[in-house]
Order: sequence, then C-alpha cells, then structure tokens
Amino acid sequence: MKVFNEIGSYFLLMYRVFSRPEKKQIYWRQVLLEIEKLGIHSLGIVAIISVFMGGIITLQLTYNMTSPLMPIYLIGLGNRDTLILEFSCTILSLMLAGKVGSNIASEIGSMRVTEQIDSLELMGVNSASFLILPKIAAVVFMSPILFILSVFCGIIGGLIAGPLSGVLTIAEYVGGIRSFFVSYYVTFSMIKTLVFGFLIATVPAFNGYYVQGGALEVGKASTRSVVNTSILILFFDLVLTQLLFK
Amino acid sequence: MIEIKNIKKSFENRPVLKDISTLFEKGKTNLIIGQSGSGKTVLLKSIVRLLEVDEGEILFDGRDIRKLNFRDLKQLRKEMGMVFQGGALFDSLNVAENVQFPMNMFTTMTPGEKARHVDFCLDRVNIKGAHHLSPSEISGGMRKRVAIARAIALNPKYLFCDEPNSGLDPVTSILIDNLIKEITVEFDITTLINTHDMNSVMEIGDNILFISEGEKGWEGNSTQVLFTNNKKLNEFVFASPLSKRIRDLKQREDDE
Repeated sequence: MKVFNEIGSYFLLMYRVFSRPEKKQIYWRQVLLEIEKLGIHSLGIVAIISVFMGGIITLQLTYNMTSPLMPIYLIGLGNRDTLILEFSCTILSLMLAGKVGSNIASEIGSMRVTEQIDSLELMGVNSASFLILPKIAAVVFMSPILFILSVFCGIIGGLIAGPLSGVLTIAEYVGGIRSFFVSYYVTFSMIKTLVFGFLIATVPAFNGYYVQGGALEVGKASTRSVVNTSILILFFDLVLTQLLFK
Repeated sequence: MIEIKNIKKSFENRPVLKDISTLFEKGKTNLIIGQSGSGKTVLLKSIVRLLEVDEGEILFDGRDIRKLNFRDLKQLRKEMGMVFQGGALFDSLNVAENVQFPMNMFTTMTPGEKARHVDFCLDRVNIKGAHHLSPSEISGGMRKRVAIARAIALNPKYLFCDEPNSGLDPVTSILIDNLIKEITVEFDITTLINTHDMNSVMEIGDNILFISEGEKGWEGNSTQVLFTNNKKLNEFVFASPLSKRIRDLKQREDDE
C-alpha cells in the first residue's frame, strides 16, 4: 500500500513540477547553474572512470577471448559495443545516481527541514517547479553529453591499455573499433540515457522534497534515493532493452 | 484583518487544534502564545495553508484561503510575508540576493530600482555593509533581521513570525520585537507572532491568544495578561520566579 502511495505522490509532484514557470528568465538562469553543478562538475569523474573501464574491458576481452578461431579485431569491437550498449549508459548512470542523486536529495531535503521550501511557497513560488524543473532539464541535457564523453574516453582507454600490454597493435584495435558499427546501438543507448537522466533527477528530488525531520532524515533520504534510483535504472534497462531490441 | 472560525486539525486521529476561533486585527501585533507542543506552529502554518485544516474557515479580509484554487492562493500569498523560526534564508544566495529574491520573482522593477529597494529594506532592519555576506556568515539575530527585510520586500498586507526571538539574547530579542512592532504600525499590516517569549508578550502584545493543548485557553492584551485568573495561563506566564515578582511589584504599584 505504501508503495502505491509513494508512486501516487511522485506523479502528483511531477504534475506540479511541470506546471508553467513563474518567470522563465530566472528558471533559465537556474538551469545554467544546475548544468554547471550537476553536469560540468561530473565531466572529470566520468572521463577518469571511462578511461580505466575502457582499458579494463579491453584487457579482459584480450585474456578471455584469445583463441586462433577469434579474429583479433573483435577486442576493439567488443570494447566499443560494451561501452555503447551498457557501460556508458547504464553503469555510468548508476554512478551518477550516487554522485548527482545524493547531491539533489540532500540539497532539497536540507531546504525542506530548514523551512526554505515553506518560505518559497509562502512567497507564492511553486517550489516544486522552481527547485526540481531546472535540475531535470540540466541532468537530461547533460546525460547524452556525458554518454558521448564516456564512450570516447573508454575507447581511448582501450587504445592505451591494449597496445601497451602488447596483446594487440593500435591498427588491430582501431580496425576492431571501425568494424560492424551499428548506428542503432547509439540511438538505443541515447534513449536509455535520457530515461535514466530523468530518473536520476526526479527520484532523489522526490525523496528530498518530502523529507520530514532533521539532518538524520536528510541523510536517510539521500541513501534511499540512491538505492531507489539504482533499482529503477536497472528495471528500466531491462524494460527498454526488451522493448527496443525486439 | 484575519479571522479564523472553528479551526480543527488532527494528525493521524490525534487532535492538535480543537475548534479555535479568533480575530487578528490590522495594524496590531497579534501574539499566539503557549507551551511548546501546544499547537502554535500548527495554527500559524494552517492559517497560511502550509498545512490543511480539517474543518473551519480562515478569512483574509473576507477571502477564505481554504476555498482558493492554486492560482488564487499564489496571488494571496504574494500579500504575505513570513519570518520563519530559523530565518529560512536561501543558502545559495547572499544577504542582498535573499532580500531581492521576491522582487526578481514577482516584479518588473529595473536592476537599479531593485538595488535601491534592497538598500531601503536592509536599512529598515538596521543592517549595513552585509549585502555580500552569505547567510552562514552572519549571526542569528542578523539572520532574523534579513528574514524580516525579505518578508517586507513586497510591502505585504499580512506578516507572520514564527518564534522570531528563539535562540536570541535578550537585547537582540527586544530589537527584533520593536522592529516588528514598528513595521506593523508603519505599514499598517496584520501581524501574527508565534512566541513563548514573555518579554514579547509584555512589550508588544496588542492582542494575545493563549493556546493550551490545542484549545483557545484565553484571549486579551498585555495588560490583562498580568491579572487574569486563568489558571493555565498563569502557570505559563508566571512559570519563573522573576515573572512572579514582576507581577507582584506591578500589583503593589497599582494598589498604591
């Protein structure tokens, strides 16, 4: 019963979030600030993780697939497709659910317990829209950019790790990267990334917006938001894979 | 003027407000007093509809806030200013930006006009040279004064203060009390103050509503509060030996 109550509250909050903004200029400024805070500040960590993961995937493929029957270019191809299909959208979104999601839940939760949200409401501002809509816009806008950056960095990681370990040459790796490219994979992953971006922004915002109590409850809401977002990302990954690969 | 009629509010079948009716007059400081947990904050938040009451009417110059739709409620709230217990200043904005925030949201003032009005509001609460400080860099008393400046930024018709003196030293408390009183008279607004500060009760209590266990326990003014026979109110007002001595001295003065 509580789950249905929560789902209902989530959709009611979304209804308020997507109502007409009071002053578009101020919302636009908020979106730019959120893009910087939630997106630009995630570029570094995304790049670092992706470089290492690209390298690790390449080495794992090399050590597990080395066989005279397997053409060597499959290593580059496997790294590319793993990055595009799962790592740079799903795994990266799980990571962002931790970094960005906990940030959103704790920020909005703190505003709730210190009565800043009540203060906004008292001024006649639609607090749900004012606080959450710019975050959704920023995360949904930045998610595809982070996805592209992640794929790029992952491929570079493989390019460094593969030839450096001596298991394949740069030419063999690049050859694999360029083989059998399916552009639909990118479309599919972009759709997933956008859906995950929406979840990363809205689920923590929902948990933070309705927090009651003090600092302890804000911490709990932050943890709950990361867990819930991660589960929902994996659930939608399953659903979207089934729907879009039929 | 704000009139409340037969307000009832429960949380999970536990009644918190039990049939409260009263009138808060314009141009006067209307105090809601009572012990912690008596329902003062719930009443104040119910009046501004941050909480929904179960029954009753809340009339802002005849407009029942409970019957307003979302758009009309937003319009009415633009006529309100509220000073929350902790100030509720926005952490991401500095002092001047906090005061300017309502102007940014709801006016078409030019940047120059906004800056002048921010100066006026901050001057009015005796804050100088703190425009660029963040809320975490200023004292509790200053935070309350900035909150008052923000609350009066759009010339409200109704001002609500939730325990404006909590956590402040006696000198700063008196400053805040006097400031609220001056603003109330100067702008001719209806002011509601939630407090359990007895100094505020004596100094600025034009109208006093005493809430006890969710019920209206007593109503009167700062003079009447000293000589009432209401047992619960006396237990609350004269809880400390100092306040008892003040009452006795006052009584002796009056007898002489």
